Order: sequence, then structure tokens, then C-alpha cells
Amino acid sequence: MLLLGSLLGLELIGKVPPTLHTPLMSGANAISGITMLAALTLIIKAGNTSNTLLLVLGAVSLGFALFNVVGGFLVTDRMLAMFSRKTSRK
Amino acid sequence: MDFSETLKFLIDLSAVLLLALGIKGLSKVRSAREANRLAAIAMTLAVIGVLIDALGSARISVDAWIWITLGSVIGCLFGMITAKKVAMTAMPETVALFNGCGGMSSLLVALAYAFTPSLLTDSTTSLSNILVGKISIVISIFVGAVTFTGSMIAMAKLQGWLSTPGIMQRKIRHIINIGLAFISLIGISTFFSSGGETGLWLLVISSAVLGIGVTLPIGGADMPVVISLLNSYSGVAAAAAGFVVGSQLLIVAGAMVGAAGLILTQVMCKGMNRSLVSVLFGGAIASSAISGGQNGSNEYLNITSCSVEECALTLEAAERVVIVPGYGLAVAQAQHTLREVTRILEASGIEVNYAIHPVAGRMPGHMNVLLAEADVPYEQLKEMDVINPDFPATDVVLVLGANDVVNPQAKNDPTSPLYGMPVLDVQEARTVFVIKRGMSAGYSGIKNDLFELSNTSMVFGDAKKVLGDLLLELKELGISGKA
Repeated sequence: MLLLGSLLGLELIGKVPPTLHTPLMSGANAISGITMLAALTLIIKAGNTSNTLLLVLGAVSLGFALFNVVGGFLVTDRMLAMFSRKTSRK
Repeated sequence: MDFSETLKFLIDLSAVLLLALGIKGLSKVRSAREANRLAAIAMTLAVIGVLIDALGSARISVDAWIWITLGSVIGCLFGMITAKKVAMTAMPETVALFNGCGGMSSLLVALAYAFTPSLLTDSTTSLSNILVGKISIVISIFVGAVTFTGSMIAMAKLQGWLSTPGIMQRKIRHIINIGLAFISLIGISTFFSSGGETGLWLLVISSAVLGIGVTLPIGGADMPVVISLLNSYSGVAAAAAGFVVGSQLLIVAGAMVGAAGLILTQVMCKGMNRSLVSVLFGGAIASSAISGGQNGSNEYLNITSCSVEECALTLEAAERVVIVPGYGLAVAQAQHTLREVTRILEASGIEVNYAIHPVAGRMPGHMNVLLAEADVPYEQLKEMDVINPDFPATDVVLVLGANDVVNPQAKNDPTSPLYGMPVLDVQEARTVFVIKRGMSAGYSGIKNDLFELSNTSMVFGDAKKVLGDLLLELKELGISGKA
């Protein structure tokens, strides 16, 4: 799995125009917030053990991850919106 | 496989496919925006997948729902506010901030699992799986902590809140960092042998400090590379967290980001003609520059400075003008004023192009984003290799807040620390105007020989103000010229 993912990542970023480095970075960054799935799993499991500390920890973790995801995607979109406005006009 | 398991599998599969398509699409201008949305949809799918899976195997308690909602609402809210409010110039530090939070999240999950071994045992049964879980926890904590503190330092440095303290430029920092890494190792081994909390805290603290120690000495010009690398790390942390909670989707996605980030880092390094190793361990180039500079002095001689008026007159008589934007333009928020100026020039039949150095600004693509915001046509943005042969046929070059990327030392002076870095050959043009606030050095801290050349004139002042004055002058000239 690890290998597969890495190979996929390597394959996908073959050639990138420098223009898109920043958006790509911020997009990949948003995806790295996928660790929110782990936070979610943690909360669900903790819910069954009714361990409040774990629940809080999970919630904080989820918050951080979502901050990353939501912010990341929105910022990327804002950046890219500028490019598309350009191309559509020309 | 019952129904919910099959469904979960299908959802995970499509999420991975969408993410892959998303990353692929992000590397092309045309499809980038859709790709970004695609990735966002994939994330939503993945979350639904986890929830369905949980509903299928065991019910989600009310407590869990409450905390899930709480965490998501707060996270989303802050994410949205930050994303909307932040200025385009502050993009690099924003990415660093988000990235750090991703690392933090992986760190917290791993910590939670580490402190409650029961969580690990009920998700994985065999002894070897527990070992895998423990290793993943350790990796996740280590990488997560380094990512978090490293990103925070990167952000603070880009914001200008923090400068490199002198002690961090000495060799001793390597010893300190190696020491910290060693302490992390001790923490890890304590955790494995006794499973105690002491080892964990040792690991958390030492890796957090290590993140600071590694990032702090790195000079601002290398910051984009560092952020990209940290981004790659946060992917690794996510993949490790995936092993901890036993989510294959997380492992694949994390690995994907990790690998993509690494490649991107490599590409950026190439743009600056520096190896990853020298970025990471070289520290601020400034320190070596001061001691190793060939001329010894950083004093400038024979500087020609000129008024905005002269600059306007020269521009008006030109046929081909090339703009070289740099970080100074971003700081001054002068992109719109610049666009006004170039509009006037274009209206009077002058050909205007923009030369974009791969690392202009603080992040690759930074200038493109900035100029795009000001409505500069995409076709006028020329990459370095494309524009360099054109400089000899260029009448006027306007350097706006750029410095190191136009330093001819990189070509002529083998002893210069910049030597070998690809630069824009602006000195080949007939006239060069450098708009700059003062004679201070660029990010590398190296003297720029360009400023002393006879065809270079300095126009001192804040980029926005100078461009504003230039605009007025040009308007006057334009009117008198047509009358």
C-alpha cells in the first residue's frame, strides 16, 4: 500500500510548470489533512469506551486536520481562480 | 464481505482514484481548478466512507457525534476564515500554517493511541501487528512534531516575526540537532522497552525542538523548499497515522502526498541550482557569503541613481520593456499599480513582458499568482529560459524588488555563493532600472554587482509609491506626446 501510494505520487508529479508550484503545494497540503480520517476513527472508537480525554484529544485533532483541509482547499481555489479568469478572458 | 464492507471498499477506491486524478490535474494550468475540487470531493467521500464503516460494524455513540461535530465545526470555521482573509502575498506562510496543523493532527492521534494501548489491541490482533502499530505511532509522533514546529518556524520567518539568531549559524547547531535526534531515539527505545509515558514525552519534546532547530537556520530564500519538504513530511505523518488506525486509504493518500511533495521539493531545488542537502544543512548562505566573498567588501561604488521622471522618459522612448518582479513587489502590494503602468505603456505601442525567475518571491509561482491577481495576461509571463535570449534586444528592464535573481555574480564570479544559480541576464539589456527601497542586500545577503554597472540606474523608494509616481509622469508624457 505504502509503495503503491508512493509510486502513484511519483508518477503523477512528473512535470509541473513552475507557475503551478504554489497551488500544487497547497493542494497536496490540503490532501495531507486526510489524517482527519484517523482523528475520526479515534473519536468513534473512544465513543465506545466513553473515555472523555480521548474524545477531547480526537476532537482537537479533528479540528486541526479540518483546518488544514478546508483552509487548504479554499486557498488553493482562490489562487487558481485567478488563473482561470485569465484564460477564460483570452 | 457484507454490504457495508463492500460499500466502504468501493468508496475508498473511488476516493483514492479521485485524489490521484486531482493531483494529476493540479499539475496543468487548464485543469487545476477542477482538480482541486475533485480532490475536495474525494476527501468528503473518504469521510463518508469512514462513517459508513463505523455505522456498519458498531454504532457511533452520542458522545462521539457531539465531539465530531464540535471538532469539525471549529476546524472548518477557522479554516474558512483564514483562507478568505489572508492576503495573496502571505500565501507561503499560510500554506506553512495549514501544513503544521496537519502534522499536529497526526501527532495527536498517535499520542492518543500510544496512551491507550487498548485501542491498538482491538484494532489489530496479532503480536506483529501491535509492533507495526507501535512503530507507526513513533513515526507519526516524530514526523508530526517536526512538521508542526518546523512549519510554525517557517511561517514566523516568512512573516518576518523571527530572524535567524547568530548562534544558529554556527556549526554547533549540527551537534545540537544530532543530540536532539539522539534524545528522540532514547525516547523511542524507552517507549518500546517499558511502554511508559516518560519515553513518549521525551520523544514529543525532543522532536518538537528538533523541528525548530532544523528550520531556524535556514535562510529565507530556501524557505519554499523547506515548506515543500515539510509538506511531504506531513504526508508521511498521515501515512503513519494510517498504519496506526488501520486505514488503507489514509496510507495510500499519505504516501501519495509524501512522494509528490518530495518530487516538488526536488524540482524547486533544481530551479535554484542547489541540492537538497545543501539547503538542509547549508543554513543561511549569508554567513558564508560574508566570510568568503571575493571582493571582501560589501560596499557599493559608482551607484547611479535617478529620478522617477528620467525613468518615465526612458520608458516612453522604449520599444521593448521587460518587468522583473520580486518579493519587494509583493511586500509593497504594488501589482495593481504595476499593471496600470504597463497598460499605459502597451497603449502607446510598447511591448511589455514579465520575466519570472523560478524562485522569484518566496515561493515558486508566487509572482505568477500575484500578477494574475492584477490581471496581467498569462501570455506575457515569460519563464527564465524563454526570456533570457531576449534581453540583448530589450530597451528597458524594470527590476521591481528583485535582487538575487538578477545578480550577474552567479555567472561571473566562481567564488560567489550564488555561483551556478540560474539568473536573469538583465544586464544585457540597454537600460536597467532597479526600483528598491535602499541599498540593502537581497535575501542571500550578497552584494549585487548589477547595481554598479553603467547601464543600471537605481530608483529608490517603495515599489508602490515609485510606480504610482511613474504612472503620473507617464500620463503627463502621454498627453503631451499625443497633443
